[in-house]
Amino acid sequence: MSEHDKQRMNGIGAVRLRLLALCFVLAFMSIGLRLVDMATAGQRTVTAGPSQTEDGVELRRAAIHDRHGELLASNIVTLSVIGDPLLMNDPETAAIALARVLDGVNAAELNARFARGGRFAWVKRQISPAEQAAVLELGLPGIGFQLGERRVYPRGREAAHVLGFVGIDNQGLAGIEYGLDAALQGGAALGKPDLALSLDRRVQRIAHAATKAGVDRFSAEGACTIVLDVETREVLALVSLPDYDPNRAERAPPEARRNRCTGDVYELGSLFKVVSAAMALESGDVSIYDRFDASESLRIGRHSIRDFRGHQRWLSVPEVFAYSSNIGTVKMTFAAGGTEAQKPFLDHLGLFSRPQLEIPETTQPLVQERWPDIVAATVSYGHGISVSPLQFTEAVAALVGDGKRLPATFLRRDPETLPTILEQAPTVVSERTIKDLRWLMWLTVERGTGANGGVQGYMVGGKTGTADKPTGSRRGYDGRAVISSFIGVFPADTPRYAVLSVLDEPKGDAETYGFRTGGWTAAPVVSRIIAQAGPLLGVPKKSPEIEAAFTDRLQVMPVMNGRTRRMEDGFAAASLTR
Amino acid sequence: MSAFARTDRSLLGQWWWTVDRLLLVGIGILVLMGAIMVLASSPPIARNLRLDGMHFVIRHFLVLVPAALCLFAVSLLAPRGVLRLATMLFAAAAGLTIATLFFAPEIKGATRWLFIGGQQLQPSEFLKPGLAVVVAWLLASKPGLKGLPLSLILVGGTMAVLLLQPDLGMAAVVASFFAAQLFVAGLGWLPIILLAAVGVGGLWSAYTLLPHVRDRIDGFLDPAAEIYQVERALSAVKSGGLFGRGPGEGVVKFRLPEAHSDFVFATVAEEFGIIACLVIVAIFAWLVLRALWRLQLNPNRFVQLAATGLIAQFGLQALVNMAVNVNLVPTKGMTLPFISYGGSSLLAVAITMGMLLALTRRGARLEPIP
Repeated sequence: MSEHDKQRMNGIGAVRLRLLALCFVLAFMSIGLRLVDMATAGQRTVTAGPSQTEDGVELRRAAIHDRHGELLASNIVTLSVIGDPLLMNDPETAAIALARVLDGVNAAELNARFARGGRFAWVKRQISPAEQAAVLELGLPGIGFQLGERRVYPRGREAAHVLGFVGIDNQGLAGIEYGLDAALQGGAALGKPDLALSLDRRVQRIAHAATKAGVDRFSAEGACTIVLDVETREVLALVSLPDYDPNRAERAPPEARRNRCTGDVYELGSLFKVVSAAMALESGDVSIYDRFDASESLRIGRHSIRDFRGHQRWLSVPEVFAYSSNIGTVKMTFAAGGTEAQKPFLDHLGLFSRPQLEIPETTQPLVQERWPDIVAATVSYGHGISVSPLQFTEAVAALVGDGKRLPATFLRRDPETLPTILEQAPTVVSERTIKDLRWLMWLTVERGTGANGGVQGYMVGGKTGTADKPTGSRRGYDGRAVISSFIGVFPADTPRYAVLSVLDEPKGDAETYGFRTGGWTAAPVVSRIIAQAGPLLGVPKKSPEIEAAFTDRLQVMPVMNGRTRRMEDGFAAASLTR
Repeated sequence: MSAFARTDRSLLGQWWWTVDRLLLVGIGILVLMGAIMVLASSPPIARNLRLDGMHFVIRHFLVLVPAALCLFAVSLLAPRGVLRLATMLFAAAAGLTIATLFFAPEIKGATRWLFIGGQQLQPSEFLKPGLAVVVAWLLASKPGLKGLPLSLILVGGTMAVLLLQPDLGMAAVVASFFAAQLFVAGLGWLPIILLAAVGVGGLWSAYTLLPHVRDRIDGFLDPAAEIYQVERALSAVKSGGLFGRGPGEGVVKFRLPEAHSDFVFATVAEEFGIIACLVIVAIFAWLVLRALWRLQLNPNRFVQLAATGLIAQFGLQALVNMAVNVNLVPTKGMTLPFISYGGSSLLAVAITMGMLLALTRRGARLEPIP
């Protein structure tokens, strides 16, 4: 190799080494730039912090209000006791000491949790300030506190079944908390507004107290009460008894957590005659002036249909309704077309389908698969079909309100968009049927079985129901237990609100002369709610003119064999019963 | 300040006046930072693994002290000594590496490690520096690129053994530093392009032929897929921010596998902040640039090529490790030189840098045997 070659090779070597150095500089610079990029990105995520669960910061949850802004569910900051077993001097004695000051903590179980390994163990979640002081007093190493949130329901059990409850990690487990969990999770931290429900806390409280009183007085197994805004189908109040305190939902028995208003279905008995009457009148084949022979019990196949209290005579349609005649209702149903007319009508009302609600506790109605005449007959007086109380109230609101099918809701409806929604909603009954039905319900309270549902100063319409309670295990009814109910609408001339109360197995007392029928047990509950909530909701007192117009309608009832007087006499003497 | 007079002709005296003290300082800072990291962050990790708190500290220093002595002793060697050492190292390590194919237990799908006296040893770590020096000698001993065929056989054989283990990352490092050496040796641009094409083709065939390679690369390219370790490493870096959470205060590291070895960079970021990371990057960059700068001034071909191979593998190892930690490249198990917790890699890195120091000494030269 010549000296010149050496020189050249070395020259190349030096150049190549510089090029190599350049490559390394670029590579190290890209790592440096990436680090700087991550440093700034890291700061960005810190500012968006509250949504992180990683570092123990729990999610915030939006509050729930009633329609007037009263707080129904909110959060408070609580501490949880946590332990790091590796930092403890002696986990076993620590567990014993902690169990002594913390209610509900078992020393052996806690020690097992400490021994499981890892650097983290819950000791007790959501402690009180007194418990925190006691733990601090122990001065144990390796024991610390973690900030968290706890859901609180300041109204306790009042609206438990609507609100539902949350689990230990603030995840919704029932009611609105579950149904609208996604809208609540994160709360203000994620820009989610507080939730306004359709409930009216004042009405809810009245309904709760009245239902509780009814259950106590008649020793009922349970009860359910619904107050529905007829115009908007907003639920103003919903009570299901027995109930529970959502603040301590984990201690409530499953029986108490059941939402009887939406999650259970009942054969509502004579209450269902509201629907049957509407169907018959809407068919055009039955007019309010028609009469039916209710003098003898009715035989369909091997079944015999009787009235609770027979009248042994022809009854006009208003009498059939107001006295709650099974025979008359069945005859009316068949006069209107029987199965062919009944089935589509019920379907159209939404009584065959599972309601869509904001809460998860809904049930598919129980409907017979086959629909022979006997089914059409029993369904007409509310047996052989089971629907949820809220679903039924929604149907009645359609029949006495605007004739439109509109689903009930637990959220506020925007008054601006409501007319458009109603316009698009399917029509189920005509204006004439609505008017007739309002009058029939008024008549039932005024002169019929629903007298106990009346309220001084208000025009109230209603319908009573008393259904035999099916036996739990076998098919059929044991004939001893009943489901008694009453649905009231007020004011009766243009109903603004519907109130349904259902009592499960009420027992009659001396004051009710031993009767446990809807008219004697459920009607007083509804009456009390209307009396207390009516003034609060600004419902106008009855006007003499309108009442006169309603009363006058009795006079223009058709004359048949000069029996008009007799019919009026009948109403005047009307007592009790279904 | 100096302990040695200019006229001191003793071994140490000569060493002191010829060694590149700036390189020495850089290495010293890295060793110090590694020691601080192990002291600060490993006790909680050790306790988390139910080991004694000082477990990793003791083991780190047990390797660190011999490693530092090794580094110093090797740096005392003259270039010919370096060549002899490298040849012996290469021969021994190559033998052991081949032995792993037959005797080593399979760990995480590969047979790379031997257990000698209860210590885990990865012989290929020692193969690298030896190979770099031996190849440099082969290339430099003949004018032009006449030494190329022989060196190709050596490198090709080594890579074949590594691929059999399989240890694709190590093979890639070997290929890369060999390419750097050829580049400095004056390989023409056309062969360089061809070589690059072969390299890309090799990676492509690895991608298509080896399922675990494909999984890693697919996982890296797919933005939806989260590789647990990388995701943890990223959250560690983010958790630290600019200034870190403080020594020993890291929390993400408990859920970061290999927090004290392969992912020590992320642990540094969490506890000491991104600024500390930038300092580490700067020191590595400084070492590589300083070494290359010194070589450029030394016309001796053997020294140039051997030191290029050594500094290239050192720099590449640091680069790949840091790039994995900040999720710039797919996961590849590689330690961060001097900073990662001990083991055989620390010893190998010490020998590598010892040889580099020896070769970058002023006046270092080795004439080819005529």
